[in-house]
Amino acid sequence: MNTKLISFVLNGEPVSVRVDPFELFVDVLREKLQLTGTKKGCGEGGCGSCTVLINGEAVNSCLLPAMRVEGTSIQTIEGVEDNGELHPLQTSFIEKGAVQCGFCTPGMIMSAKALLDKNKSPSKEEILEAVSGNICRCTGYVKIEEAIEDAAKTLRKAAVKGESHG
Amino acid sequence: MVQDYVFPGTVEQAVAMLAESKGRARVIAGGTDLVLDMRDGKITADKLVDLRAIDGMQRIVEHDDSISIGASVTHSQIVRSTLLRHHAPGLVDACRKVGSLQIRNVATVVGNVVNGNPAADAAVALACLDATATVVDEQGTRTIPFNELYAGICISCINSSCQIVTQISFPKKKAGEGSSYIRMEQRKALSLPMLNVSSKVRVINSQFQDVQLLMAPVGAGPQHAVTAEDFLMGKDITDENIRQAGVLAREQATFRSSAVRGSKEYRIGVLPVCVERALRAAIADAQEG
Repeated sequence: MNTKLISFVLNGEPVSVRVDPFELFVDVLREKLQLTGTKKGCGEGGCGSCTVLINGEAVNSCLLPAMRVEGTSIQTIEGVEDNGELHPLQTSFIEKGAVQCGFCTPGMIMSAKALLDKNKSPSKEEILEAVSGNICRCTGYVKIEEAIEDAAKTLRKAAVKGESHG
Repeated sequence: MVQDYVFPGTVEQAVAMLAESKGRARVIAGGTDLVLDMRDGKITADKLVDLRAIDGMQRIVEHDDSISIGASVTHSQIVRSTLLRHHAPGLVDACRKVGSLQIRNVATVVGNVVNGNPAADAAVALACLDATATVVDEQGTRTIPFNELYAGICISCINSSCQIVTQISFPKKKAGEGSSYIRMEQRKALSLPMLNVSSKVRVINSQFQDVQLLMAPVGAGPQHAVTAEDFLMGKDITDENIRQAGVLAREQATFRSSAVRGSKEYRIGVLPVCVERALRAAIADAQEG
């Protein structure tokens, strides 16, 4: 088998890792890089718990051959906090009760972050579309939507003050 | 078991890489279907030939009279395209319906067609647009009409172990033309269409001229509702004629009961409404200019 060394930027740091030709990226993250914040749920692109950002776009890492990550910039839930300070999305999810069992939360936050990185004033419809590929079996989604709206508000205030949240 | 994963830089290289594996290699575009089919053992390959690095494949290109969609263009790119919103609103609506945002960011429109599923959203929307596919293999380059891409239900004429669809093209919208796409679904995300309909009309003096009306899944690939199309040609745009087209489409439709897509009876019941909605949306697009 022709294993390959792939190089990419992971949460702001350059990394190289050797992968099998058809290894899936979620397995590389969890098994080889020990980044287990990204969850593996259905394993077929149906639940969104494995969502990561590739060049800023939300994708299912369970459907992504690791080879395709070569040369890209990847962000996982581990890269969302900034110098030990939680991202407003993380704070809002906690404060608004948008976390129950927590299994969907990393994927849910990554999908929401892909939206808020581009649009800090999303409509309710845009929020719901952004997380429509993420299934939560606990919360009923209302708290999640409220948390994303709340985080957007925090980010807008921070933008006015000139603070940054990567 | 996949032994190698390669990124050719040109179409010629890709064709050569496929050819040297003598049927044991396979093209991968977005991979959202292929990854699962390979995991489940439905498809096997020793080598995957990824089209991502081939220059030009990622682009939607506007020509004088046509628009072409490269093999690596994702559903999300189509959704964001203002060019396509004008020339093919049905295709944009169809692409917005596929899977979830995560899937649309990766899955390609050309892959959606080559997969061969008769009710694939983008494929049904393209079927009414007089689309053609550019196919490249060791023998050279050919242009194949859209309806000749299907060999059977969920069976493509494209052999992805030796052929590459490099792009799908269709004519730009002309004066008086409009197109649309309608699907019936169980929920708004992560669901297959229960049935889908696309339509392209040319309207002159409030009369139907060219009418394309496609429905799925009722056969190998999207199928023309032939009797409804013939009936509408030259007819006035009236509620009664639009309703009658729905009835004629229903008489031709041969849905099967499906645990995933719904019962035959239910889908036959709702098809006329979907046909009416598709025709009205295409007419509205035509009148919008």
